Amino acid sequence: MLKQMEGSVAVAEAVALCRPEVICAYPISPQTHIVEGLGALVKSGALEPCAFINVESEFAAMSVAIGSSATGARTYTATASQGLLFMAEAVYNASGLGLPIVMTVANRAIGAPINIWNDHSDSMSQRDSGWLQLFAESNQEALDIHIQAFKLAEELSMPVMVCMDGFILTHAYERVDIPTQEQVDGFLPPYEPRQVLDTAEPVSIGAMVGPEAFMEVRYLAHAKQTMALERIPEIAREFEASFGRAAGGLVRRYRTEDAETIVVALGSVVGTLEETIDAMREQGVKIGLLSIRSFRPFPLAAVRAALQHAERVVVLEKSFSVGLGGVVSTDVRLALSGIQLHGYTVVAGLGGRSITQASLERVLAEAVADKLEPLTFLDLDWGIVNRQLAREAAMRRSGPIAENLLRDLGTVQAKVH
Amino acid sequence: MTQPVKFYQTGTFTVGNRLLSPDERTVQASINRNNSLNSGHRACQGCGEALGARYAVDAAMRATGGQLMAANATGCLEVFSTPYPETSWQLPWLHSLFGNAAAVGTGIAAALQVKAEKAGKARSDVRVIAQGGDGGTTDIGFGCLSGMFERNDDVLYICYDNEGYMNTGVQRSSATPPAARTATTQALGDAPGAPFGQGKNLPLIAMAHEIPYVATATVADLRDLEAKVEKAMTFHGARYLHVFVPCPLGWGSAACDTIKLARLARETGIFPVFEAENGAVTEVTKIRHRVPVEAYLRPQKRFAHLFGDPGHPETVARIQAAADRNIERFGLLDEKARP
Ligand SMILES: Cc1ncc(C[n+]2csc(CCOP(=O)(O)OP(=O)(O)O)c2C)c(N)n1
Ligand code: SF4
Ligand SMILES: [Mg+2]
Repeated sequence: MLKQMEGSVAVAEAVALCRPEVICAYPISPQTHIVEGLGALVKSGALEPCAFINVESEFAAMSVAIGSSATGARTYTATASQGLLFMAEAVYNASGLGLPIVMTVANRAIGAPINIWNDHSDSMSQRDSGWLQLFAESNQEALDIHIQAFKLAEELSMPVMVCMDGFILTHAYERVDIPTQEQVDGFLPPYEPRQVLDTAEPVSIGAMVGPEAFMEVRYLAHAKQTMALERIPEIAREFEASFGRAAGGLVRRYRTEDAETIVVALGSVVGTLEETIDAMREQGVKIGLLSIRSFRPFPLAAVRAALQHAERVVVLEKSFSVGLGGVVSTDVRLALSGIQLHGYTVVAGLGGRSITQASLERVLAEAVADKLEPLTFLDLDWGIVNRQLAREAAMRRSGPIAENLLRDLGTVQAKVH
Repeated sequence: MTQPVKFYQTGTFTVGNRLLSPDERTVQASINRNNSLNSGHRACQGCGEALGARYAVDAAMRATGGQLMAANATGCLEVFSTPYPETSWQLPWLHSLFGNAAAVGTGIAAALQVKAEKAGKARSDVRVIAQGGDGGTTDIGFGCLSGMFERNDDVLYICYDNEGYMNTGVQRSSATPPAARTATTQALGDAPGAPFGQGKNLPLIAMAHEIPYVATATVADLRDLEAKVEKAMTFHGARYLHVFVPCPLGWGSAACDTIKLARLARETGIFPVFEAENGAVTEVTKIRHRVPVEAYLRPQKRFAHLFGDPGHPETVARIQAAADRNIERFGLLDEKARP
């Protein structure tokens, strides 16, 4: 059914259609509306029997999820930013134990400085945890990927993170197609755990494992993700067959066939990029786009296949490895090993900085002319950066950094170009 | 306290099994015993935690007809019981992290409840315990524990209190008593050992959550421990049992003195043994034969600096004052036994 609704509400409805049995809720923007929506569905009786637990922290949210998932319940939670970091120990534990929890990460920057707006630093920080990470381009896709995520997680017995851009998607009202319960039931079978706490067949889960088997256990997590490289596109095809629309998959190409320049990106920014690419194509620039939808497992082969005939690749990412540069770029480079082409990293949109079509066109034109710095920060305000550097060079007690910059800026609107 | 019997053995002042009616006796080995924590684990000789866990979990198994699951925090109990692949646990058992056993217990209980409702039952027949050491309970797991209490989740949490982080080599926790030497409160300087005026009383904090049942016990009274576990299982909602478990390795005590030290902790007033329901104390175990704290402190190397030359008699006096305060506060002395 077509409905006009907020992205968070759409996700809540999608999760509800998956018949979750335990939901753990802890508030953090921009994820709150999702669990609020689910809470209302449980409280009204629409989703019974389902336990909706208001926990005391994200660490508890993931810990409760670990307990319920190990007891055979389909389990869901959502978080973002500081919340994801606060639960990090349990995030690794859930994947180490092989528990198919599904969690939405409403992508948001990590402080300090505290910032509630969107970038991908939070989920990228858990890149190596063993969780699968799927990125949504739109609200419709976010909704659809959640339904696929439960299937994928439970088949593999591995947890899946669905990453959707905070505010940009979670708080945007868009038209979405909500499937029927029958459609979802036909696609997603009831959860059959591989391992479960059961008094009829007692098992110990979470035993101490020494050097004799630890590497093998970790390798098996990698083996599962390797299997996911095949299952993710298959599940996307099955989804398309039952629901009549495409969603998910490993990557999506846009106008890459004859492209000399290909931009690689994740999440909602691909919408703006498509329009930028259309505009540049009209000016005769042979440029295309590769949207990475599965960041973990990272689809090395699909990325290589998409990029290998290009002359240059621009990775536009909302994440930043301080002291190195790109996060996604490193993986993309690995996919291109042995292939000579120009590679650029554009770090953009940190802390919610708008990524405008005008800025993209400017930076991509520089890339096409091979005049771009290998590591570029889109729309960085060099004025306040240099002023702070000068201040620090001039005096020892230069004061708190963020506050200095804010004072230099004066009272302004949030930085939108 | 369940024992009205007044026949005590000379010397130990314990109640001998022979003096009790058969249904009140503690049975160590029987074919009916579940042995939930089976023999062959790797605890130190004389480990109070192993003893306490064996009796507590078996009692919970009996009380639930074997329909029991456990969440376990990281710590000695977890490490000595599960060297891969020789698990000692004879019940569904899940170890996740150091600080989240209570929350994992909540998750297990929630899943069981949903499964029960789906099967048309009002309540799950399977019950849940969560357990950990004092560090996993009073320090790093405190947030999760308080959350579980506050939501009144249907979990019995059992803390095995050996008064320190034993698994990592005997460091101070918020359950470490004043003056005790640990690896991070060395017996050095003017005030050797752990400082006075710190630490927290978790049974009282648990009571402040007004949960249905809170109790303390020691491994000196195994029958009392069992009875409290059984009683805890008659309640639904959050329950807390704090078990005093001497640790020969961490305390520098003889392996054969574990029970004796647990008894002395109770008989000096250092560790009050009581029960509480909905935030109010309902029963206390009276001291049978009051002894000065010195009798409890002397056999433990962690307090050795108090008794050397010159020693710290003023510190022993402060510990005695704290024990006296417990005796007053909880009414631990039988009126008749008062000097
Ligand atoms: C987050 C985290 N911090 C620290 C540790 C290290 N650690 C493991 S067990 C333990 C001590 C456990 O002490 P306690 O809970 O009192 O149990 P005990 O070993 O004394 O029975 C510590 C500090 C850990 N595993 N995880
Ligand atoms: S160190 Fe203490 S608690 Fe740990 S196994 Fe040994 S005696 Fe038991
Ligand atoms: Mg301890």
